[in-house]
Amino acid sequence: MTSIRLNTARLIASLCSVASIATLSLPSYAQSINDINKTVKEGKYAAALEQVDKYLAGKPKDAQARFLKGIVLTEMNKPNEAIAVFTRLTEDYPELPEPYNNLAVIYAQQKNFEKAKQSLEMAIRTHPSYATAHENLGDVYARLASQAYDKALQIDSANASAQSKLALIRELMSRQNKGEKIAKAPEPMEPIKPSEPAKPTRPSEPSKPTVAVPVTTPTTAPPTTAPAPTAPPTTVATTPTTTAKPIEPAKPKPAPAANAEIAKALDAWTSAWSRKDVKRYLAAYARDFKTPGGETRSAWETERKRRIDKPGAISVDYEDLDVVADGDKATVRFRQHYKSAGLKSSSNKVLQMIKRDNAWQIQQERVGR
Amino acid sequence: MLSTLPALLLLASTSASAIGKAPQHIAPQKPSARVAASFTDAGPEPALIKVFDSIKHNDLDLALQQSEAITRAFPNFRLAHLIQGDLLLARGRSLKAFGEGGKSTAGDKISSERINDLREEAVVRLKSYLSRPTANFVPRYLLQMLPEQKHAIVVDAQKSRLYLYANDKGTPRFVTDYYITQGKLGAEKSREGDKKTPIGVYHVTSSLPRDRLTNFYGTGAFPINYPNDWDKRQGRDGHGIWLHGTPPDTFSRPPKASDGCVVLSNPDLDALAKSLQVGLTPVIISPTIEWLSLADWQNERQSLLKIFEEWRQDWESRDIRRYARHYSSKFNADGQNYRSWIEQKQKVNTGKSWIKVDANNVSMFRNPGKEDHVVVTFEQDYRSSNLSNQMRKRQYWVKEEGSWKIVSEGSV
Repeated sequence: MTSIRLNTARLIASLCSVASIATLSLPSYAQSINDINKTVKEGKYAAALEQVDKYLAGKPKDAQARFLKGIVLTEMNKPNEAIAVFTRLTEDYPELPEPYNNLAVIYAQQKNFEKAKQSLEMAIRTHPSYATAHENLGDVYARLASQAYDKALQIDSANASAQSKLALIRELMSRQNKGEKIAKAPEPMEPIKPSEPAKPTRPSEPSKPTVAVPVTTPTTAPPTTAPAPTAPPTTVATTPTTTAKPIEPAKPKPAPAANAEIAKALDAWTSAWSRKDVKRYLAAYARDFKTPGGETRSAWETERKRRIDKPGAISVDYEDLDVVADGDKATVRFRQHYKSAGLKSSSNKVLQMIKRDNAWQIQQERVGR
Repeated sequence: MLSTLPALLLLASTSASAIGKAPQHIAPQKPSARVAASFTDAGPEPALIKVFDSIKHNDLDLALQQSEAITRAFPNFRLAHLIQGDLLLARGRSLKAFGEGGKSTAGDKISSERINDLREEAVVRLKSYLSRPTANFVPRYLLQMLPEQKHAIVVDAQKSRLYLYANDKGTPRFVTDYYITQGKLGAEKSREGDKKTPIGVYHVTSSLPRDRLTNFYGTGAFPINYPNDWDKRQGRDGHGIWLHGTPPDTFSRPPKASDGCVVLSNPDLDALAKSLQVGLTPVIISPTIEWLSLADWQNERQSLLKIFEEWRQDWESRDIRRYARHYSSKFNADGQNYRSWIEQKQKVNTGKSWIKVDANNVSMFRNPGKEDHVVVTFEQDYRSSNLSNQMRKRQYWVKEEGSWKIVSEGSV
């Protein structure tokens, strides 16, 4: 699993290279991508590969085209080339769950379930609510279990057990409400936060699995003459747990009049961010700001500073501001547009804000609605 | 969970108490930190305990990590793979039986049997580990070791466990213990090919190095002297009972799987081998070990040493009544019964003006199980007015109506 660790390391190192959804969704590109997509759907993989290569010659960094190329290579049964494409995607866009998922699918086809598991765990770490990844992970666990049983019982059940049925994700941008059949995640492409890749801001807890294997109960009191009957292995029922519940998009609330004070605070915040004024940027956060990954305030600050200090211009703007204020507290929603040297993205943000000393400060910041 | 748990608990406790000799001193619960820490544990039991503990506390992620650590350390440890399979499968669905997913994987009779074997292995491993002996109790069989016998082995067949004791200036001190495999059909061997492990007092007779063995025996083998004199007297036969290792494709074998040999994992056999002395190290195989407190052990040992000393003096006295009182009416040695033995001694004694008997290097081991007797072995230095000789002698003492009597005696 060395290579996966490597990916993790790179992922952390390339915090700024977050996918640019905005770029990907530009209509001019989309047209071409759509054409290639059509070729893929017609099963003309060789032609599709040619098209996508041509497309990439002009836009070598384009995530969606590269993703499509990975799909085509997978369909053409060139797993190693596909792995290379998806792996580079995970390196360049570590916050995207889809390449991880598809890597896992290929690894699983190669019966490398341990690696498949690692990739899916990365996909889920990126997007805790990613249903396809959860389903695939459930399948991988079952296959790992089967391997473990084979080792335990010295049997080869490879023929007896069902083929791996992991789902390949075919659309990088399976947008919300598009009704994508394969990638079921409601907002799989929502970047966690510009320059905030691996940390799930909204970890949806997969339901905890309960017990399944023999349980000894050494505390059971034995008859006085008995040599410590520890309870022998016995069994405990479990609740199934494969899939995590997808996050339901919250209903948009009736927007009250935008609070001028909050808008002003947001302006100061985005402007400090865009100026790369770390001090002012951090000052926008309340002293009891809930760090997204639960890390310490100083660790979070160091990380933010590191990212903002990266070379290249940053531009942050917002629109569709929606404020629900309740006294000194407010829930603030908006669409954030972020652009840096490495990426460009738009995402929905929710801030919990509090007014202290006549200033609105950010107590919590997350992606979503 | 709750439907199977009580049944298994019942099984565990009844089988133990039915024997009626279970040690009372043994800590009935978890091993205390002190006990666990005072021994070096290279084996997998401490790690297994942690896995089951995590499962008990419903921390399946931790349990999985712990089981993965075990399979990394012991790649051929099938039991750990089975538990790992269960833990992985439990992420997707509920399990009702130990190793259930293994059954559904293959679904045949062989895998069911193997799962049962692994379940049995889990039970005995954990039970034995959690009831390790405390320092102030010893197996009653180790009454007196020779000074040069650095270690003694005591096997508990019921617990699938081998206990290594060091000879600490005459007092047995617990060193460590290992999971073992015994005969497919259990203990109390009596016939060639009966797939049982013998019960009795034996010793290691030789060491067979790995290059003289097939892979089946693992890293080494140590034959023991089954059938011993006593076994032969009882008409038992069979041969080739060894302590040996495990084939390379598995870390351990099920609790009951051998043709009568005592089988250890290769790392355990290698560790044990360092303490074995060919021709010397006692190997006592019991159905289930009887433990004595050190005080009780000392009493039993002193009373035997005392009666043995009386026997020696009574022989020197040339008073045949005094000598004869030490012999059982069921005495039998080399075709001689009580009467002929005593008559012959009386005849010999009358021709002598003096007898001097010295007994050196006395060892005493109690035979475990149903045939309760004490094997006394010593160097006898016999001198008299008309004859002197030296020999290694062995006596079998039994308790008859409260007194120790000799039922057999002869040179070794």
